[in-house]
Parts: sequence; structure tokens; C-alpha cells
Amino acid sequence: MMLITCPFCGKRNESEFIHGGPVGAVRPDPNAVSDEEWVEYLTVTPNPLGPVQEKWWHARGCGEWFTIWRDTRTHDIVEAPDGTK
Amino acid sequence: MCIVINIITIMQNYSVFSLVRNALTGHRNWPQVWRSPPLKDRYDVVVIGAGGHGLATAYYLAKEFGITNVAVLERGWLGGGNIARNTVTIRSNYMRDESIPFYVKSVAMYEGLTDELNFNMMHSKRTMVDVVQTWPKLRELRRRQLVMDIYGSTYDQITTEELRRRIPALTGGGPDARLPVICGMVHTDAGVNRHDAVAWGYARAADARGVEIHQQTEVQSLLRGADGSIEGVETNRGTVRAKKVVVAVSGHTTTLTETAGLKLPLRTMNLTAFVSEPVKPLVDVIVNCPDSGFYFSQSDKGEMVIGGAPDMGQSFRRDIKQHVFEDTVTAMLSLFPSFKKLKLMRQWGGHLDIAHDASPIMDHTEVPGLFVTAGWWGGYKAIPAGGLTLAHLVAKGEPHPLMAPFTLGRFRHLDFVMEAGTTTAR
Repeated sequence: MMLITCPFCGKRNESEFIHGGPVGAVRPDPNAVSDEEWVEYLTVTPNPLGPVQEKWWHARGCGEWFTIWRDTRTHDIVEAPDGTK
Repeated sequence: MCIVINIITIMQNYSVFSLVRNALTGHRNWPQVWRSPPLKDRYDVVVIGAGGHGLATAYYLAKEFGITNVAVLERGWLGGGNIARNTVTIRSNYMRDESIPFYVKSVAMYEGLTDELNFNMMHSKRTMVDVVQTWPKLRELRRRQLVMDIYGSTYDQITTEELRRRIPALTGGGPDARLPVICGMVHTDAGVNRHDAVAWGYARAADARGVEIHQQTEVQSLLRGADGSIEGVETNRGTVRAKKVVVAVSGHTTTLTETAGLKLPLRTMNLTAFVSEPVKPLVDVIVNCPDSGFYFSQSDKGEMVIGGAPDMGQSFRRDIKQHVFEDTVTAMLSLFPSFKKLKLMRQWGGHLDIAHDASPIMDHTEVPGLFVTAGWWGGYKAIPAGGLTLAHLVAKGEPHPLMAPFTLGRFRHLDFVMEAGTTTAR
């Protein structure tokens, strides 16, 4: 069980949250990119062996959406690699 | 060629006579099951990963297509990866026109595998029963039944009374339960076998045809030549060159392909499984409860082999999460309250990569010479057909008809094979 820190509620059990997937690339303008780039945006998600930035939803709590960095090898919630939030 | 024939004659044929002969000498003279040859620096084909798919691909490359200068490189030990981390369920109750013929073929190949490899797979064709607890699930499974009828796979609905007669331990899910049992669906083609035997049997048979298996040989990166095509692999034991490289490393596929600058539409997830203490024969079918989110079968040793839902989020941890474990046990006890007395012995996770349409990827990549078999969610049942069809692609350069839909190109054209039959990925 992970303890996930909700920005409003503090540390709560993982079972209160729903996973929202990894944070992917920023949506490009479909008219400004090639078909290959658009398909890559749609289908390829980050799958690192190590820290991944992902969205979580405090569905069984306050309802807030937020992002955390989590290490896929250990499930430890870690600092963002560049130190930003 | 003559070397190959020599090796075949050296391979001990297993039979009741060889057993008696070796028993008379105290079982001290069994020959080694496969060789441990020195690692060469060049092969025709390098297969990364001595799991089920890697070994099967190497075996069929040698047997069906005569390509024997093949090395299978394994980071750990043979049979220690995900082939030891699944729940050995072999079935073909899928949803899509693309999937069903492939899995029907695979199940049929599994049934003949003991003879094919001269290795006892302990195959037990024991039927899978789905316990249906919601009407939407029943509609979906009835639809699956109609599609499966076309392809000669079996799926039949039975009443709750018949279901409880076949599985006497199913005493929960009564009319007052939150999810009362509505009916059952029976898939008589399903079975279980022994996962070690699949790894060892394919390894032994491939080795006998000249394939080299190298354990403790970790591939660290893929090497590309000046023209961009694959040139070989970098391992902890040095560089191994090959014009064709097959990536069969469930879970770590993207980790490896990214070393060649290749992005694949896969995410790595963790699936939970655990095993109870052995008890007397109690359940003689594979029980799958899609609405409650667990499935189990009783092994020949008497242990209940239980599987649950995937962890939320990506994971390479190959471990069990406490709340996933608790949820799975809670769901199981709601239908099988008598299991409360069972002690659990072992728990583990297996990591697999999944594309978002939940169908596998078996294809050559945009890197010439680099092949990938990935996206297997429950890939154990697909090992024989997966190995055969991938070997066909590697040897001939064109896809086997059964695997033709499972390309990387389907992502480029957004022409997905959305598969609902991938049980726990629902």
C-alpha cells in the first residue's frame, strides 16, 4: 500500500485514489504535425524503468487531480528529477 | 548438418525404458539435458530472453525453418522469468476474429506438446468455468460465445444449479449477495500444464537441434550498424553480432528497444498471484470470476493457484501489493467462504507489457533485422503458436497468416484489435 500525499488531505491510503495514467507529451496541434508525430502522441506513453510522472485522482476523498513522481521499480514516491514540483 | 544429427542421437529419449534403465543404475547416468557451450561472437539469429516465447521461437526456427545457428540469451536462469510467474491457464475464449484462430491453434499445439518435445507437460485439459455475476458481463460473454462458435472454440452457458453442482465449493454469491451468481460459462478447451516443463522441454528440444542457450547473459543494449539496421547486442559477456535479433523480454521490452532509439506503444504492469497450502482435490476446473476480479485453479500438488487484478499504474517491481492482495482475497471469500481456512504459502508478481488494445505485438520493427514479440497479457497460453508464427516471420520475412493482424502497423493506422478476452485487463 502506498501512502499518497493529496495536496488538500495530506497522506492518504492508495485505495482512496484512482490512477490516471502517466503524464504524456503535451497535445500538439494536429494540423501542425505530421501523421507519424500525431500517432506517436496518441499511442506512445512514457514507460521508464525508474521515476515516472503520473496523474492520480483522489476519487474517494476530496476529488482533486494532481501529479506525483513514482519510481516504477520500488513504488516509492520520489522528488521530480529536476527538482520542480 | 552432420553435427546436428550427432546431437540428436546424443539426446536422451525419455520413455518408460529409459526410466527403468536409469533406475537400475541409481539415476546417476542421466545425460545433461542441454549443453552450456561457449558464447560465440556471431550468430545468424539472437533471441533475447529464454522465456516461453524466446525458447519456442528458437525451437521452431530450428525445426521448421532449419535455422540452427541461433543463440538464446537469458539474463537470469532458464525458466526463472515470467514463465515461472504466471498461473498456467491455457484457453482460447477470446473475442476478436483476429485472436480466436491464433489461440485455438496455440491450445491445439499445447495438447500435442508432450509428444512433440518428448517431455511430459503434465497437460490437464480440465475446462474453465466463468462465474457470471452481472448482466453486462453475461451479454459480453454471450457475444464472445457467438464469435467463438464460428472458429470452432467451445463456450456454453450453464445454469446456476449446474454451476454449483460442478463446483461444490462455490457456496457464496446467493440471491441476497451484493453480486448474486447469475449463471456460468463453460470453456471445455481450457487446461493447465506445468510451466517448468514448457521452458525445459523447449530448451532441451531446441538445444538438440543445435540452438545455443546462454544463461547469465544479460543483454544491455542493442547495436545498430551505420545503415541503421540491427548489428547485434551488447551483453555483460561481450558483443554478440547477428543480422537478426528477436526481443522476447516481456516487461522490459521498451527498456531494451529504447537503447536502439525505438519507441513502442507499451506500458509495463504488474499482475498479482499467490498460492495456498496444498489440500485434497476440491475443484477440478479452472474457475474465473471476472465480475469479482479473481481466478484460480487447483494444481496437481493440491495448492490453489490464485490470480488477481493488476496493480494501478506502471510497475517493474514483480511483487505483490498489500491492498491488491487483500481485495483479491476478499473477492474470493465472498464466493468461496470455506477458503478462509486456507493458509497462503507464496505470493509473487509478474510484470508484462501491454498495448492499450490489449492485443500482442509480433512484428519486425522500423529497425531492419529487429523483431519484437511483446504486449502479451497472459502470453503463456500463446507460447507454441507465438513461437511458431514469429519463427515464420524471422525466417521468411513475411508474417504467418495467424499473426498477421498483430503488427506494429496497426498503431500507425490506428486500426486497433481491441481485445476484451484478455481477462484481467478488463
